[in-house]
Amino acid sequence: MSDTAEPRPKAYWSRIVDAIARHRALAVLVVLLIFPFVLPYEALASNIVIFGLFALGFNLVFGYTGVLSFGHAAFFGVGAYGTGIAIVHLGLPWWVAMLIGVLAAGVTAMIMGALAIRTRGIYFAMVTLALAQCVYYIVYQMKGWSGGENGLNGVIVGQIDLGFASIDLLDPMQKYFFTLTFVALAIFIFSRILASGFGAVLEAVRENEDRARACGYDVRLTKWLAFVISGLFCGLAGALNAIHLSVVPIEILHYHMSGQVVMMALLGGMGTFFGPFAGAIVFLLLEDVVTTMTTHWQLILGLVFMACVLFFPRGVWGSVLQWVRR
Amino acid sequence: MSHDTPILAVRGATMRFGGFTALSNVTADFPVGELTAIIGPNGAGKSTLFNILSGAFPPTEGEVLFNGTNVAGKRQHHFARMGISKSFQITNVFPELSVQENVRVAVQAMTRRFDLWTPRSRYREMIDRAVELLRVVGLENHRGRLASELAHGEQRSLEIAMAMACEPKVLLLDEPTAGMSPEETVGVIDVILTLAKSCTIILVEHKMKLVMDISDQILVLHHGEFLAKGAPHEIRANDEVKRVYLGEGRK
Repeated sequence: MSDTAEPRPKAYWSRIVDAIARHRALAVLVVLLIFPFVLPYEALASNIVIFGLFALGFNLVFGYTGVLSFGHAAFFGVGAYGTGIAIVHLGLPWWVAMLIGVLAAGVTAMIMGALAIRTRGIYFAMVTLALAQCVYYIVYQMKGWSGGENGLNGVIVGQIDLGFASIDLLDPMQKYFFTLTFVALAIFIFSRILASGFGAVLEAVRENEDRARACGYDVRLTKWLAFVISGLFCGLAGALNAIHLSVVPIEILHYHMSGQVVMMALLGGMGTFFGPFAGAIVFLLLEDVVTTMTTHWQLILGLVFMACVLFFPRGVWGSVLQWVRR
Repeated sequence: MSHDTPILAVRGATMRFGGFTALSNVTADFPVGELTAIIGPNGAGKSTLFNILSGAFPPTEGEVLFNGTNVAGKRQHHFARMGISKSFQITNVFPELSVQENVRVAVQAMTRRFDLWTPRSRYREMIDRAVELLRVVGLENHRGRLASELAHGEQRSLEIAMAMACEPKVLLLDEPTAGMSPEETVGVIDVILTLAKSCTIILVEHKMKLVMDISDQILVLHHGEFLAKGAPHEIRANDEVKRVYLGEGRK
């Protein structure tokens, strides 16, 4: 390509976007660092990074492997309950509790994945939905541990002593940066996985399962592993959510939550790295703004969602990419 | 393993789909290093035999022998790893990946299937190998394009490069020139003849003249049954083959 022609504005933007794409993990981090200062309140910022991570993890299966799961609330919820129960009932330190939450989500994903991976397309979505509902009712019934319909209260992590410094999680700004540390680490690992050889296999499976199989890839095992990794990331998001909210509401396991994460990924752009994060930002900002105006915020959100699907099928970020690269 | 053990063979292969018998008790050897064509009129069972040999599904009855070992029932991905590779009848590539990445992913399948950490851009050897394979099929100048942007004939060549990525001992090609222009066909034939020097090739083909020109052996199927097998001149002189082909041709 020649750079001698007079610079067109779109070429300029295109170069910026390419630079962002090259250092995607870093780019997200920069945006997230200034986040709490531009949003109306810090708790919203925490909420967004947590759901952004949830949507990112979900998108590994949805956008990169090409499999629609309708049961990802299970991993988000088990991550949160695992962490919450470890803190409230077992009295374990916060980091052990988080580890337990993430691993519990991973084990849940292993089991759900093993059962669902034999099916394809809409059947996969239905089987994951059904299994996630099983998780919902099991946790609902374990009232002694989970608090049943009241949710699990008292997941309180006040002060964290790091030796050289201490973090006060009751301060919203400090809590945001505590959360962000984990999210940033997760984004880095996630980016690495996508760029890896395994990431290439996922794309191959999404593009053409038959061909991938003929090349010598075990498609089922590959999908299962992607499902489990996705579950781990969503479990981390759940663990952070438990600490962020200090409670674990039972709604976290409800299929609404599974639908919400699908909406976020679609809103933002499922085939892109930033898409899910962009989707989480749009979704939660809209929710935050519209709830102050009307109690029927879901109606407005639904209309916006429909408009997006109809007019921006690539999602917010996907459309930006398409516009600057044209 | 004796010297004349065929690299691939079927013994009494029968395939039933519900009540329909697509292939009935077929036994055939595919000797090392030879180019064998499977021919027959429509519905002869060519594709069924192809799918059994390439591991798409196991035969209802009978055995598939690879170097003398029965491999019927092994899953598809094991066939590629053993060295039995195939191209599809309908073009089957990774459309939204670059031409180079299509082949590189195929090369990767032999070694790094679950490498979660190393960036794929550091797989120098795989990239070099992919470029080399693309050169063999004449696509080295299209490396950066998306596979979906290639012309039909080019996509078929890409598929052959992908099938070669696992360094197969046996390469199965299902109508490699289907839907190609005469010029494209010539190009692909050249590629096939080049590959035939280094591996055993089995292909299903409709174009009679092409088959007569390039094959060492021809296997003729008719109504799912074995009809004849031999060198092209033997097949040409075979009365039964003439009857089946010419007889149907006159109808």
